[in-house]
Amino acid sequence: MSELLALGDDALIAAQRLSEWVSRAPTLEEDVALANIALDQLGAARLLLSTAGDEDELAYLRDGPQFRNCLLAELPLGPARGDLDFAWTMAWLLLLSSAQLLRYTDLAASDDELAAGIGAKTVKESTYHLDHAHQWTLRLGGGTDESHRRVQEALDSLWPYAHELTEGIRDRWLALVEPILAEAGLTRPADRWQPEGGRTGRHTEHLGYLLAEMQSLHRAHPGAQW
Amino acid sequence: MELAHPETVLLDDPARVAEIAGAVPDPELRVVTIGELGIVRGAELAEDGRVTVTITPTYSGCPAMDAIRDDIRSALAAAGHPDVEVKTVLSPAWSTDMITESGWAALERTGIAAPGASGTPACPRCAHGGQPVTPVLQISRYASTPCQSLWSCRSCLEPFNAIKKL
Repeated sequence: MSELLALGDDALIAAQRLSEWVSRAPTLEEDVALANIALDQLGAARLLLSTAGDEDELAYLRDGPQFRNCLLAELPLGPARGDLDFAWTMAWLLLLSSAQLLRYTDLAASDDELAAGIGAKTVKESTYHLDHAHQWTLRLGGGTDESHRRVQEALDSLWPYAHELTEGIRDRWLALVEPILAEAGLTRPADRWQPEGGRTGRHTEHLGYLLAEMQSLHRAHPGAQW
Repeated sequence: MELAHPETVLLDDPARVAEIAGAVPDPELRVVTIGELGIVRGAELAEDGRVTVTITPTYSGCPAMDAIRDDIRSALAAAGHPDVEVKTVLSPAWSTDMITESGWAALERTGIAAPGASGTPACPRCAHGGQPVTPVLQISRYASTPCQSLWSCRSCLEPFNAIKKL
């Protein structure tokens, strides 16, 4: 498995997930923010996928088992499929963007010139994403009882999926995320089960729905252009 | 008398080609050129006359890149170069330091502030040479293009965009 393909799939699937918020975020500013983060993720995905082949073919013509994204990226952004929960989304973005920041930092230091260039570009963008998730985690964790409850529940539910997300960078990732949780007055969830399979193409049922929406136009009209 | 065709002059000067490409206005911020934004990295002329212009994206997902490529090709076609390749490079990664002085001036004239040394921009309406800096408030960390954030001035109360420090 190519690491660049896996990172590219993480970014592509995360972009599609985040774009579900467009026109539905709690405030106009946050709508713009989530759309911009989705756009950055899509930009990173295009760069990373282009190293592995034709970006359109990879994005639009592969089926679920051929995708190498981690399971966290494809999970719904709320407690159940079809739900959109803002606190849930910020907890998800905190876990994801912190891991992406570390992966891209490693990429920037790689010997491969192309990979290093992509890493140097995307590391700046993920720093901004993590900062955004960080600020919201503080506000939600230290906000109302309801906001605290929602972000804590999301963390508890998503935490197991961070095992696959942070394979090989676990200690550095914990060093990044644990202080943010402490600062926000949130409880760092206990390590329990460790669902995995995304990196080898064994996905949750959620990926199929996501791909059906993302790929429908291209499959109905191959080669369609704006 | 035979006049030299203008394109024969262009063909042997990569700096002039880069200049024409750099004069293309940014598709989203029409007041500045892509040269002033630091998007154009340079131009090369092959021996067979083929022109290659090298550009770099501000943000990796910037949707203006396709329009920028098309606009560069049109500008150079109008200058006599129908066969232009636009190559995208990532290194060194674009940063706000690559915006030129005239670029900052043009942005500020249109009400888009620079990020400010401390990360806090100055209101482009109230802050002019020698004036005391008015307090500003960040309304949104993201704005109408990937490279901007949204602020408001506590003095004149007007909202304004600022280029995000990158």
